[in-house]
Amino acid sequence: MTAIAERPTTTPRRSVFRRPTAETGPWSWITTVDHKKIGILYFVTAFFFFLVGGVEALLIRLQLAQPGGTLLTADQYNQIFTMHGLTMIFFAVMPLGAAFFNYLLPLMIGARDVAFPRLNAFSYWVFLAAGIFLYSGILLGGLPDGGWFNYAPLNLIGPNPTLGVDPSAGSPIPEHVQRMVLYSIGLQIAGIASLASSVNFIVTVFNMRAPGMTLMRMPIFVWSIFVTSFLMLFAMPVIGVALWQLLFDVRYGTSFFNPASGGDPVLWQHMFWLFGHPEVYILILPAFGMVSEVLPVFSRKPLFGYSAMVFSMIAIAFLGWGVWAHHMFAAGLGPVANSAFGLSTMFIAVPTGVKIFNWLGTMWGGRIRITTPLLFAAGLVGMFTIGGLSGVTHSIVPHDWQQTDTYYVVAHFHYVLFGGSIFGIFSATYFYFPKVTGRMLDEKLGKLHFALMIIGFNVTFFPMHILGLWGMPRRIYTYADGMGWNFWNLVETIGAFIIAAAILVFMVNVTRSLRHGAVAGNDPWDARTVEWLTTSPPPPYNFEEVPHVSARDEAWHRKYVSDGSQAPRRVPAGASPDHGTPDDASPGEAAVPAAEAPAHGPAHDGASAIHMPSPSYYPAIAALGLPIAGWGVVAGGAVQVALLVLGGTIIISGLFGWVLEPSAEDH
Amino acid sequence: MRLRRPGAGWRRWALVVTAALVLAGCATGELPQNTLAPEGRIARVEDNLWNLVFPIAVAVFFLVQGLLLYALLRYRARPDDDPSVLPRQVAGNTRLEVLWTLIPALILAAIAVPTVKTIFDLSQKPASPLEVRVIGKQYWWEFEYSDEAGNIVTANELYIPTGRPVFLTLEATGQVTDDPSSIGVIHSFWVPKLAGKQDLIPGHQRTMTIEAEKPGSYSGQCAEFCGLSHANMRFAVVALEPAEFDAWVEEHASPQPPPQDELAARGAELFTSRTCIACHAINGYEGAEARVGPNLTYFADRAKFAGYILETTPENVAAWLEDPQALKPGAQMPDLQLSDEDIEALVAYLQTLK
Repeated sequence: MTAIAERPTTTPRRSVFRRPTAETGPWSWITTVDHKKIGILYFVTAFFFFLVGGVEALLIRLQLAQPGGTLLTADQYNQIFTMHGLTMIFFAVMPLGAAFFNYLLPLMIGARDVAFPRLNAFSYWVFLAAGIFLYSGILLGGLPDGGWFNYAPLNLIGPNPTLGVDPSAGSPIPEHVQRMVLYSIGLQIAGIASLASSVNFIVTVFNMRAPGMTLMRMPIFVWSIFVTSFLMLFAMPVIGVALWQLLFDVRYGTSFFNPASGGDPVLWQHMFWLFGHPEVYILILPAFGMVSEVLPVFSRKPLFGYSAMVFSMIAIAFLGWGVWAHHMFAAGLGPVANSAFGLSTMFIAVPTGVKIFNWLGTMWGGRIRITTPLLFAAGLVGMFTIGGLSGVTHSIVPHDWQQTDTYYVVAHFHYVLFGGSIFGIFSATYFYFPKVTGRMLDEKLGKLHFALMIIGFNVTFFPMHILGLWGMPRRIYTYADGMGWNFWNLVETIGAFIIAAAILVFMVNVTRSLRHGAVAGNDPWDARTVEWLTTSPPPPYNFEEVPHVSARDEAWHRKYVSDGSQAPRRVPAGASPDHGTPDDASPGEAAVPAAEAPAHGPAHDGASAIHMPSPSYYPAIAALGLPIAGWGVVAGGAVQVALLVLGGTIIISGLFGWVLEPSAEDH
Repeated sequence: MRLRRPGAGWRRWALVVTAALVLAGCATGELPQNTLAPEGRIARVEDNLWNLVFPIAVAVFFLVQGLLLYALLRYRARPDDDPSVLPRQVAGNTRLEVLWTLIPALILAAIAVPTVKTIFDLSQKPASPLEVRVIGKQYWWEFEYSDEAGNIVTANELYIPTGRPVFLTLEATGQVTDDPSSIGVIHSFWVPKLAGKQDLIPGHQRTMTIEAEKPGSYSGQCAEFCGLSHANMRFAVVALEPAEFDAWVEEHASPQPPPQDELAARGAELFTSRTCIACHAINGYEGAEARVGPNLTYFADRAKFAGYILETTPENVAAWLEDPQALKPGAQMPDLQLSDEDIEALVAYLQTLK
């Protein structure tokens, strides 16, 4: 644990560099260990990658707008659709979730920072390094081109059989091998970032909660962070192993997946999807958490069935480990495996359905304020339902043999990951923008953004259901005239540009509102959780006084009193909070009498006495070494040795500097 | 609220139009790969499951979207609401929550029964089938008939008799050899109107059954990403009445006589001298036995060639011989730098192979 709350007892050592002290300017960002600044870095970087992935999507749609498209060559198309998937999954949606995790987790549990602030900074820099490493293929031999799933043995022999196979590690390294090295090492680095984050968040939830915040009083978004972190903790090592095996197969001639020398290509599929399916829930559960925060605030009611929401999330995360082979129904695993995975796929729909109906229950009987965050949250409920229903149709295995690898599947997972994750992320962005910046986003532009987005989204992705059922396969760079696919492909391309317009509106809104938005105040939405008790933006130490929590929806209970039968009334400003009986306590859960909770924190000794961890150069330095070593493997020959040594030295020096400096300097 | 309606309205509109177009598609038959219009027993059995589940999904869709829109409209805050008065603070309802856990579970259990039954039914090898070995290569299909059916080897066009199950053994092999353990890539065999997909996996053997009810040509396509020309790896299953099929077998099992025409005869010489023979087989042509590229014995009978993307016209064949990569990226056939005269002679020879 860090010395956030106590003064460090270690003797200050002389460090190689003087401890960074900048509080503004670029160095303050590079050396920051403040979870809020790291959260902002995550958001800005991930949003940039989201735009890159979006441009790739537009190129894909332009190529497929009509039969026989000639905008892209087959090779360019394969690189672009591969990078669209990798970018959106690993460098946009996952880190956008991480942005909110970072910014909000300590605030929502009443802590001053995460458990390991420097590890948190390290996660960000490693994520950025991974993105730069992967995209460095633009300047090298090209980008990965085997799809994000990158099946063996295509990943070993490459898409162009005329080039032949060369698994020997000679130099120069063939272009195809370089692309696969970028894939395997790039994702490996990204996985380190996720793994470090997951450990950090789990420890934070376990150890840093404010007094009185029991697990079942945690905001539901914190639960989603907690569950997602466990998924990452267990899923990342699986893909990590598979990526090493791929790297050694393709670069150094081992035989894990090569059938010509005793390997098994199906093994790659099992390992990839054993990671890949939990990954889907890593992408969607944070959005579920966000929407579960937004709907109660704007419906002015507590979350319907909090316990059911928590346990359904855990159930989804648990069952999510038992459905991976539904990605492989056409691989020929046999009737027993197909039946088992078909059944498990059906039953994961049950906890998911519980969430949908509980969200409806949350809105039911409320006073729903139709704001932009609410619209995006309701959009998720509607759009994700479509994705969930098409997901159930995948579980009828014999018909999945028709659906799999067609645009029907592309439609399905865009309804889940765009209609679900991205809508949830935008909902949370509009909701938390005031807390982060102190200013409101413009509601008119926000509603325009939503309207364009839900129209563009459906125009783009709904027809993909039809095209898939009409026999259009995925991952084709061209299609023939006369298949009956022309009309809907053109419609989809138009829809993609409507989405692009929606994103432009959002960017205009952010740019304008940062300067001219209405000043938000601490609690502009009349919200329910403790992050709204502090200022907007919060001070570096988050809370002058760590809040003492005596109820779920602590902030709400400080604002409203309810005496049983009557509707709750707002407490006049300044009146002492009377918690009364928290009426969102589940049956059987004893409400904590107000007297039992300490009235207020310990002696009020002012912000100056709060000891925060000091900034550090070392997380960024250690992260820098990873891609440098990776480029060595891409290059081969003597350069490989040189860069591996250089990269390794940087990593080890960074880690040594990190270990030897105290987490917080004595003032 | 005003902005909520267009999106929701659009969804309903889209569904109506979709339903209309799906129906239109079925009626006109202009969708050669429409999975919703099965024309064989296997595809029909699969489609039956879809017909069971799709209406349930549509019902749930309308239920959820209806409740969502109703809640948004009915419970929206109005300008004259007193902001200090809150709605009743309901935090849950155990009975309702148990209900919407159990009902979906029961519906899914009901769907599970026919699903599992169909999975096991379709895994059975049918009685007295026609057996064909299917080999996927980057980027074309080879079909090898069993001895019973004349030991024919052909490419991209799979001829089958109507009304008889065809049992396929599927393998993926590398480019330079017929050995199934050589490194190739995964493909997926898919004729939407006759059956769902089955992957072809290097180093493994997979099986599947297809069946056609009526004579016709059924469009198929590789469904697993397999490299540069994945999009150009197409094929057709041609179903003939049993008697016609027997005649087809008899004709195609016989070797080709040497060409009589002078130009074609020169083409036949070029077939050896320009190394075509290193990769292609022609039954009746001495020494032409390689199976790296497609067997050309009845090349001119096939409606299309080159991954089944080009119609077999003299112009297309000439363009292909000129520069195969330009028409099918990543095709293994090299650009042989043939002169125009050589191409003319080879086209003439290939035209005789029928």
